[in-house]
Amino acid sequence: MATRAAGKRRPLLRVQNLKTHFFPDEGTVRAVDGASFEVCAGQTLGIVGESGCGKSVTARSILRIVEHPGEIVEGEIRYLHRTDGREVELDLAQISADGPEMRQIRGGEIAMIFQEPMTSFSPVHPIGSQIVEAIRLHSPLGKREARERAADLLRQVGISRAEARLNEYAYQLSGGLRQRAMIAMALSAEPRVLIADEPTTALDVTTQAQILDLLRQLQTDLGMAIILITHNLGVVAEMCDTVVVMYLGRVVEEGSVDAIFHNPKHPYTRLLLQSIPSLHSEARVPLPTISGAIPHPYNRPEGCPFHNRCPQFIPGTCDRHVPELQALDEEESDQLVSCFLYHEPTDERA
Amino acid sequence: MTVEGPSGHPLLEVKRLKSYFPIRKGFMRREVGAVRAVDDVSFHIDRGETLSLVGESGCGKTTTARCILRAIDPTDGQILFRPTEDKVFDVAQSTRRELRRLRRDMQMIFQDPFSSLNPRFTLLEIVGEPLLVNGMRSGRERQERVEELLRLVGMRPEYMRRFPHAFSGGQRQRIGIARALALNPRLVVADEPVSALDVSVQAQILNLLLDLQQKLGLTYLFVAHDLSVVKHLSDRVAVMYVGRLVEMTDRERLFNSPRHPYTEALLSSVPEPDPRRRSQRIVLEGEVANPAAPPSGCYFHPRCRYAQDVCRTDTPVWEEVTEGHWVACHRAKELELAGVRDRLPMNTAAGNSTNPATNATPAA
Repeated sequence: MATRAAGKRRPLLRVQNLKTHFFPDEGTVRAVDGASFEVCAGQTLGIVGESGCGKSVTARSILRIVEHPGEIVEGEIRYLHRTDGREVELDLAQISADGPEMRQIRGGEIAMIFQEPMTSFSPVHPIGSQIVEAIRLHSPLGKREARERAADLLRQVGISRAEARLNEYAYQLSGGLRQRAMIAMALSAEPRVLIADEPTTALDVTTQAQILDLLRQLQTDLGMAIILITHNLGVVAEMCDTVVVMYLGRVVEEGSVDAIFHNPKHPYTRLLLQSIPSLHSEARVPLPTISGAIPHPYNRPEGCPFHNRCPQFIPGTCDRHVPELQALDEEESDQLVSCFLYHEPTDERA
Repeated sequence: MTVEGPSGHPLLEVKRLKSYFPIRKGFMRREVGAVRAVDDVSFHIDRGETLSLVGESGCGKTTTARCILRAIDPTDGQILFRPTEDKVFDVAQSTRRELRRLRRDMQMIFQDPFSSLNPRFTLLEIVGEPLLVNGMRSGRERQERVEELLRLVGMRPEYMRRFPHAFSGGQRQRIGIARALALNPRLVVADEPVSALDVSVQAQILNLLLDLQQKLGLTYLFVAHDLSVVKHLSDRVAVMYVGRLVEMTDRERLFNSPRHPYTEALLSSVPEPDPRRRSQRIVLEGEVANPAAPPSGCYFHPRCRYAQDVCRTDTPVWEEVTEGHWVACHRAKELELAGVRDRLPMNTAAGNSTNPATNATPAA
């Protein structure tokens, strides 16, 4: 029988000060450098940021599929693992990446969908047999039952002629259908957490609307937690309950979706929101911009990673000390920000 | 081929443009059909304005742009280009010699700043190449012009001995823009110029494009799928669906009072960066029609929620329903469609920020 521990809203997944670094020959890349967040059942957490902010590496770290020469060097990934009807808290950062527990969790309890479903499916096997394989990996079903279940899954994600589609190859499906098939495969083991890494970036807007609707519907039906990784602030605003904003491997701000969009505190969050044109903004006027470009990962600025692009840069502070993610003074808010405009430096790291 | 024409005309007039790609099958490569990538498209662009072509992937917007530059030979139709008021060229019929001259006046900015610059060329060579090809032999002259161009797009001229790999995506896009402007073109075709860039860099390039248009009096044909960006940049917008134009009008009318159901659906599917504006989207059923075997009647009817019998049988005419507002829809005059101002609020609890945790834990 399923557990009922959700009563006191214990987070399913809690990431604490995660650091994933890459060690290529040229030097160290601190892809994720102290990320913390949590997500509860039935909730959607958005991780937003631009290229190189570490959002995808964070997702890969949770599933322990970070590629060589990357390594989790510090931090905790606390997950409520379900075995024999009990829930045990496991630190995914500590267990073996290819041990039995992680293999049970990866693709089973925590599933992931990727940006480009074309490269996520094998081009030489029918999608049916790939979904069947995923099902049988995490359940004792026989071939025939697994195939029936695969067809059910395709129907659940809104693919018509499901039985016939099982025999088709990835290239025969359109972008939207492929993404649906990808979601069906991810759902095969009834995951409790679904990580969606840019699930709609390769799709057209009308298809994107279909897929976002589908994800929302599935969440209502299955109660899973979703971690949505995207650079599209529109998608975040429509889908998420809480939002984590990342910049160069660090969480710069975290809070409810309403707080992030209507009361952003960190200069980066503010500028990011101002710099995007929307359907309601005034046309053909200059947009506020963030000066400069995202630094090269080998060229990470000292102190606050955003200080050299920040309009509110405090000389002597922002370039010397690394800000920590902390709660705002206002008690009622659960908004966290990592910026010296709100906190005094506490460390002496330079 | 020079065509006789009266003066006072738009810079570019596209008339009944068609671009078909043959489908070949079998041993003899027999032609068994055609993909109608662009099917009877007509529009014009006035001097100094920005017209955007929008639509989903495969709708023919890029093919249209390429036909205008004669990167693709169109199957049929006219592309009347007037670099100056008294000269008219039909680009669709021009000879190679004529095209070489014409292309000074029409240039392109590409989507991907990583693949559109030769990695073995320095900036001086990249930006200077169009100058060299068009007869600016003196190296000093070229260098001076490249300096000027780099300054124009906000790059330091000292960088001109460097190679593209030393620059970020946004800077590379600036280099691509400098190259496009080298010959003082009249028309600049920009195919998704910001969609490969990071959000924080997008705004810089959009500002640059607007600024250059003002400074140099450029005319833009902007090809894009991001409607927020299109709204920001355009004077007029044309919407394409499966090779055909379905609606074209000025920006305000298109976004606030669309007349074609496809435009309405497209507008409603744009997610807005504001959680308080979460709205009920019109989710289109099914997929974009196959341009090799399009449905009968109006190509949009299988997905249209307003479709009637006539839509299944007759092709709608491309007509001007009110001045400057062109629509191809049988019901254009009777339908009341929603624009971006009257989006419906979300009526379900799903996705709401107060959504309580469901206890529907999936059964083990």
